[in-house]
Amino acid sequence: MLCATSRLLAAREASALPAHPRGRAPAPRSRRRELHFPGHPELPPGDFLVGRFTKPSVPTGRRVILRKGRMPPAAGGGLAGSELRPRRGRCGSQAARAAGRDVATEAATARSPKRPALPSSRRFEAAGRWALLALVTLTSFASRFHRLDQPPHICWDETHFGKMGSYYINRTFFFDVHPPLGKMLIGLAGYLSGYDGTFLFQKPGDNYEHHSYMGMRGFCAFLGSMLIPLAYLTVLELSRSLSAALLTAALLTFGRVVSEEPPEEAALSRYLRGQRVLWSWCEAALGRFREQQDTEPRAEHGSKGGWTDTGCLTLSQYILLDPILMFFIMAAMLSMVKYNSCANRPFSAPWWFWLSLTGVNLAGALGVKFVGLFIILQVGWNTLSDLWHLFGDLSLSMVTLGKHLTARILCLIVLPLALYIATYAVHFMVLNKSGPGDGFFSSAFQARLSGNNLHNASIPEHLAYGSVITVKNLRMAIGYLHSHRHFYPEGVGARQQQVTTYLHKDYNNLWIIKKHNSNSDPLDPSLPVEFVRHGDIIRLEHKETSRNLHSHYHEAPLTRKHYQVTGYGINGSGDSNDFWRIEVINRKFGNRIKVLRSRIRLIHLITGCVLGSSGKVLPKWGWEQMEVTCTPYLKETLSSIWNVEDHINPKLPNISLEVLQPSFPEIMLESHMVMIRGNNGLKPKDNEFTSKPWHWPINFQGLRFSGANDTDFRVYLLGNPVVWWLNLLSIALYVLSASVFAVAVQRGAHLPVEVEGLSQVLLRGGGQLLFGWMMHYFPFFLMGRVLYFHHYFPAMLFSSMLTGLLWDTLLRLCAWSLASYPLARCVHVLGILSLLLGTAYSFYLFHPLAYGMVGPLAQDPRSPMAGLRWLESWDF
Amino acid sequence: MLGFLQQPVMVTAEVNLNMVALTAVGLLSRLWQLAYPRAVVFDEVYYGQYISFYMKRIFFLDGSGPPFGHMLLALGGYLGGFDGNFLWNRIGAEYSSNVPVWSLRLLPALSGALSVPMAYEIVWELGFSHCAATGAALLLLIENALITQSRLMLLESVLIFFNLLAVLSYLKFCNSQKHRPFSPRWWFWLVLTGVACSCAVGIKYVGVFTYLLVLGVAAVHAWHVIGDQTLSNVRVLCHLLARAAALVVLPVLVYLLFFYIHLLLLCRSGPHDQIMSSAFQASLEGGLARVTQGQPLEVAFGSQVTLKNVFGQPVPCWLHSHQSTYPMIYENGRGSSHQQQVTCYPFKDVNNWWIVKDPGRHQLVVNNPPRPVRHGDVVQLVHGMTTRLLNTLSGHPRGLRDPALPSLDIWALHATSALSSPPSAIPGSGNPRGSSPFCPHSQSRHDVAAPLSPHAQEVSCYIDYNISMPPQNLWRLDIVNRESDTDVWKTILSEVRFVHVNTSAILKLSGVPLPDWGFRQLEVVGEKLFRGYHESTVWNVEEHRYGRSQEQKERELELHSPTQVDISRNLSFMARFSELQWRMLTVRSDDSEHKYSSTPLDWVMLDTNIAYWLHPRTSAQIHLLGNVVIWASASLATLVYALLFIWYLLRRRRRVCDLPEDRWLRWVLAGALCAGGWAVNYLPFFLMEKTLFLYHYLPALTFQILLLPVVLEHISDHLCRSQLQRSLFTALVVAWFTSACHVSNMLRPLTYGDRSLSPSELKALRWKDSWDILIRKY
Repeated sequence: MLCATSRLLAAREASALPAHPRGRAPAPRSRRRELHFPGHPELPPGDFLVGRFTKPSVPTGRRVILRKGRMPPAAGGGLAGSELRPRRGRCGSQAARAAGRDVATEAATARSPKRPALPSSRRFEAAGRWALLALVTLTSFASRFHRLDQPPHICWDETHFGKMGSYYINRTFFFDVHPPLGKMLIGLAGYLSGYDGTFLFQKPGDNYEHHSYMGMRGFCAFLGSMLIPLAYLTVLELSRSLSAALLTAALLTFGRVVSEEPPEEAALSRYLRGQRVLWSWCEAALGRFREQQDTEPRAEHGSKGGWTDTGCLTLSQYILLDPILMFFIMAAMLSMVKYNSCANRPFSAPWWFWLSLTGVNLAGALGVKFVGLFIILQVGWNTLSDLWHLFGDLSLSMVTLGKHLTARILCLIVLPLALYIATYAVHFMVLNKSGPGDGFFSSAFQARLSGNNLHNASIPEHLAYGSVITVKNLRMAIGYLHSHRHFYPEGVGARQQQVTTYLHKDYNNLWIIKKHNSNSDPLDPSLPVEFVRHGDIIRLEHKETSRNLHSHYHEAPLTRKHYQVTGYGINGSGDSNDFWRIEVINRKFGNRIKVLRSRIRLIHLITGCVLGSSGKVLPKWGWEQMEVTCTPYLKETLSSIWNVEDHINPKLPNISLEVLQPSFPEIMLESHMVMIRGNNGLKPKDNEFTSKPWHWPINFQGLRFSGANDTDFRVYLLGNPVVWWLNLLSIALYVLSASVFAVAVQRGAHLPVEVEGLSQVLLRGGGQLLFGWMMHYFPFFLMGRVLYFHHYFPAMLFSSMLTGLLWDTLLRLCAWSLASYPLARCVHVLGILSLLLGTAYSFYLFHPLAYGMVGPLAQDPRSPMAGLRWLESWDF
Repeated sequence: MLGFLQQPVMVTAEVNLNMVALTAVGLLSRLWQLAYPRAVVFDEVYYGQYISFYMKRIFFLDGSGPPFGHMLLALGGYLGGFDGNFLWNRIGAEYSSNVPVWSLRLLPALSGALSVPMAYEIVWELGFSHCAATGAALLLLIENALITQSRLMLLESVLIFFNLLAVLSYLKFCNSQKHRPFSPRWWFWLVLTGVACSCAVGIKYVGVFTYLLVLGVAAVHAWHVIGDQTLSNVRVLCHLLARAAALVVLPVLVYLLFFYIHLLLLCRSGPHDQIMSSAFQASLEGGLARVTQGQPLEVAFGSQVTLKNVFGQPVPCWLHSHQSTYPMIYENGRGSSHQQQVTCYPFKDVNNWWIVKDPGRHQLVVNNPPRPVRHGDVVQLVHGMTTRLLNTLSGHPRGLRDPALPSLDIWALHATSALSSPPSAIPGSGNPRGSSPFCPHSQSRHDVAAPLSPHAQEVSCYIDYNISMPPQNLWRLDIVNRESDTDVWKTILSEVRFVHVNTSAILKLSGVPLPDWGFRQLEVVGEKLFRGYHESTVWNVEEHRYGRSQEQKERELELHSPTQVDISRNLSFMARFSELQWRMLTVRSDDSEHKYSSTPLDWVMLDTNIAYWLHPRTSAQIHLLGNVVIWASASLATLVYALLFIWYLLRRRRRVCDLPEDRWLRWVLAGALCAGGWAVNYLPFFLMEKTLFLYHYLPALTFQILLLPVVLEHISDHLCRSQLQRSLFTALVVAWFTSACHVSNMLRPLTYGDRSLSPSELKALRWKDSWDILIRKY
């Protein structure tokens, strides 16, 4: 239903031609219904023209729709003069050109309100449109590039994304929960603008000094500025009304607030801290990490960034992912709308252009953050309903339909997927040095990274009896199976030697694989090499203490439902509780076990439980290492799967690890798994103030960026309340008016043509925007992870566009219903003007938020902002 | 006058013997040997406790679902005369003689039995043949998993009953809509739909999915009514209002009614009181109500109070302090104020008492008349047993800056040197990790950070070490609910925040357990960055009395003595309802792993089972194990339906109508209710994070089984072109049904648990490796 908008709009253009210039005189229905008989002798000239120009270029799709009757006339029928005139998109004019002769001009002429003065007014109008676009773009650029270099130190989350940009320049591997495209672009911008990647980006507030940071900021600011023209064009395309588009642009310029990323990162680092992701061989990097961890909770609330505005300035001023994400979302939306308008000329060059551009932008949105998925779903839904309409058009042959389907699959599935994968290919190609992200990935993955100690290492490929190995848990941040000369304390299971997992490399991580039934030294050169195979019964002897890995029916120290795992026996001789069956996931019995690659489980022979780590940290007696248990539940979870990392066996030939390196699809899969796990790890804690999705649209509370006290330079992220509450009101009003129209249509009411045109704009164009808002907002209610205010901003773009479209339409309706009064025409203009001025004034009121402020807190009656603290929960 | 006598009195009755027979067989299958086994079977251990609570009228909180289901089970206990005296602690425990097992299991069994004829009715009302309807009922009848689940004190069968009832009554309503709208019959079914929906929701929250489905179908039908131009506007409005009243307003009211009865029944305090707010607890008999009986209502200067945190996560607790001090240096090298610890303590203790003091006066007793504390007043809080004042420190006097050295270190230096501790113990200085928690760029204020939440200020009871740090112990009282209540600080009713006057930090429970030095009590901090509302910053007075004694010794005695005086308070029903509902939704059960937990993907093809009960001596056992043939064919039917539906839909779009219009509508409606019922009851489980079990699939399965005969009849009517094909197909169906009966019969010992099988027989029944059938090792 939604997707039909543009085609209907196009149809409306055509059908509106013969109407009276003022559009007030209802065009006779019968005449419009006959539009699809181009050769009808009685057709008035206008219709004839349309017919001729329709027939070759817009075959049937349009005709069928026309045939359905209820032809929407020009939106608002010329109420506001030139603004109202249906805009002819590029496609439209190309269509006209294709039709040859001067038809296009004539058609346009025929449509223009003042027929005699036509050419000049048309030119004037087009010029006006372009001038407005230029004005909007200019304002938006000016607002964002103003004071771009201020403040000359790290703001807020720049510490993360700037750092990640540096990582790309330095080609150091790192881990982040978001896909790589956004950070790659930041890195590229930095690289091109001469930033050398040497700045450390340690913490918010560090001065940039001589480092060139303007390139990266400028890039983000550029994309952020593009949002407003994109929104302008989208609304213009959906509503064909300049005033609606202008209103939207104003709302966005004055109402959108800048958002930044850090809280999430802070949560991530907290998560990391929780998980103690410390890898011994990247101790240095981790030192940095730890510092971050300690600074972050604070940074959440404090940085000296410039004010992000209550009016949209600063989001785009900093090195962040949000402007990039929103740019791709809006660009995808615009190209989708544009390609919908080209639906009357399928397979033409512009059609292909916009279709593939949609695909490109979708890949971009998904490549920056996973929330890009929502716009993909929206485009997907639009495409499905579009195809559904085409499918119902009996004049299209199945071959044509097949072509349509293939084109969409190519441009909207294959192309984005290819681009998305390409970004990862570039990502992995660029980041080829060991760095702080190594520890998140599997041992096999790390072997790719130069500088990692697994890189270019050579070890025996298959496990054999007598091998000395380290065993690593597959779950992130669990570490190696470990034991040491300390007993479980009194009262915690049996008083035997502790077995834990430990993150650092250590001699106590070494285990020897032995046969369960013989204690002979397998390294004796006289004996033949015997490989360990899937399903074998083995014993694992701890190398340093010569005790066997052991389990029995005692409660594990922390997880009561699991069994305790201990080290038992003297010099390798123990009892039958030391026997474990080694199994490889998804392999056949009897296969050898590969180092790094094989995912193994150790099953205790007597109790039938599986060796795993619960991920819980032991108390001080366990040196705060992590608990190892034997779990009786045989589910295949990552925490009970292990792989062999180091492997020493002098009797076996070493092979280079490169043989074991994972293939590209495996890398892709693994990095996605790691990202998803990282995202799921971002869980809010109890007693923590977290933002709830219902807070967002009502602007319930902002995000403190920095400066809690009156002497600080304070930054507080808050939407312009006037705009946000107007948006909220508009959504309610939209639902109301749309349902009134829908019910009226369903009851078969005969609407006047103008009203019907407006209702079409409202139902179709507005419907798309409302759908976009819902798609970008409601899924957050289902998310279990930590949420932040800035997650609402993509949804906010859609709701602002909806507001612009809605108020323009409502004012036109209002003007129409008052048409008998002389002032009627002014209602629309005045309404739009007052809305524009209102938002501008509210922006002026709240602009201190946008530029940062020093002085008494707003709670203090002396503060100039005191009167503006409209909600108790605002904290500036 | 007596004209009516001239006509004979005629009674014409039509009895559908199919229905009667199905009901009888259904009752037989569900009620046969219902009291066997006379032992706690699986989740009975869980629901049983609540039945006991109802019988004893003790308040409890169960987050798993609304109270209607529990109440129904308890009704069975009530009818059987159960006194609630049984300890439900172990699966397999033998019931004592006072437990009326039969009547406790009766209601679920009845609802399971009645589902059988209802299946018949639904398929018939959907417009399919009696044959298909009988088929659907028979399939439900012989489905082993449904039988097992119905014969125990469990809620799934009741939920399924109300789900089916909602769908059935909506269908009946729909069919009477065509003939006589607004007739009594029409009203009856409409209202019954609403009631059944709210009953389903009242049993388990998942019932809401069926409700939404019915609501969705009703909305589509209402949309058609709107489009019906033969109806006048007024009539359309009447239609819409009737539907809104019966399908939206009525269910809400009925749902509230459940809670009303629930709260009416449970009037005594019990083990779960602690989770609820003080006001709620005070409304229960015994427990807190007894403690707080007769307290003065308004807190005055000089009052002795205990302060309970409103949020109470992870456990409900009271503001507490004790003699021990914060360790001078924490493990990570940061320093503390080394003053007396302030924590939150989850047990009643004399150290929980605080005295509200007027900063302007020295007295710790209440004046006569008492001077009540109001919103905005500045107070000091004196710890009753140690007479120290609640304090939080901002390390610097206002305006003084020392950007070079974080003031924490200065302060720690002061503190440590004042205590003449060894200089090596100076924390933080020169150690980057020590100072890093303090954001180096907000240098105007450096505070003593809380031990475990370094972004917040430490809260302590001030010990005067005689150094340059003046105490900062003034707190401004902020009554949060002053709009709904008054701006006078009231016991139990007022929710207050304490805002530190110097730093505007807010007293907050961070909920992190302190290490051993803090006796594992919960950390309390001064939150200074976030000033918005959060329940963890809100406190209320629970116990309260006016302080009478001036001397410390007497006061200690006074603190140890119980409170007296008396006020009883009653919360309104809506307040109690909203609190209870909110706690039920937010209470978290520690989702532990379970041996028999499974994932939604395991359910479709029955890759898992649950062992419910094992006879203590023999190998007779009860399993939740479905009829594999039915499960597989039901899933297949759903797939076939979906494919056929898409095929027809696409063809109709190209103006090829394979089915006549009325057939098509019937086919769509059957799909929307049956396949839709399956989807809404199944797919949401993929998003749920709790521990899932096979029995969660049963409501979805029931809808899927209803779809099975519908698809079969459709295939035979529309896809079998010749008589021969049709006969062949019928033969196939008969063969298939026979095999289903056979399988059902084979699994019967595991369903009823009445027969002990030999190990080899048990092994033979283990058709899938993933099934866990218990085999005794002799």
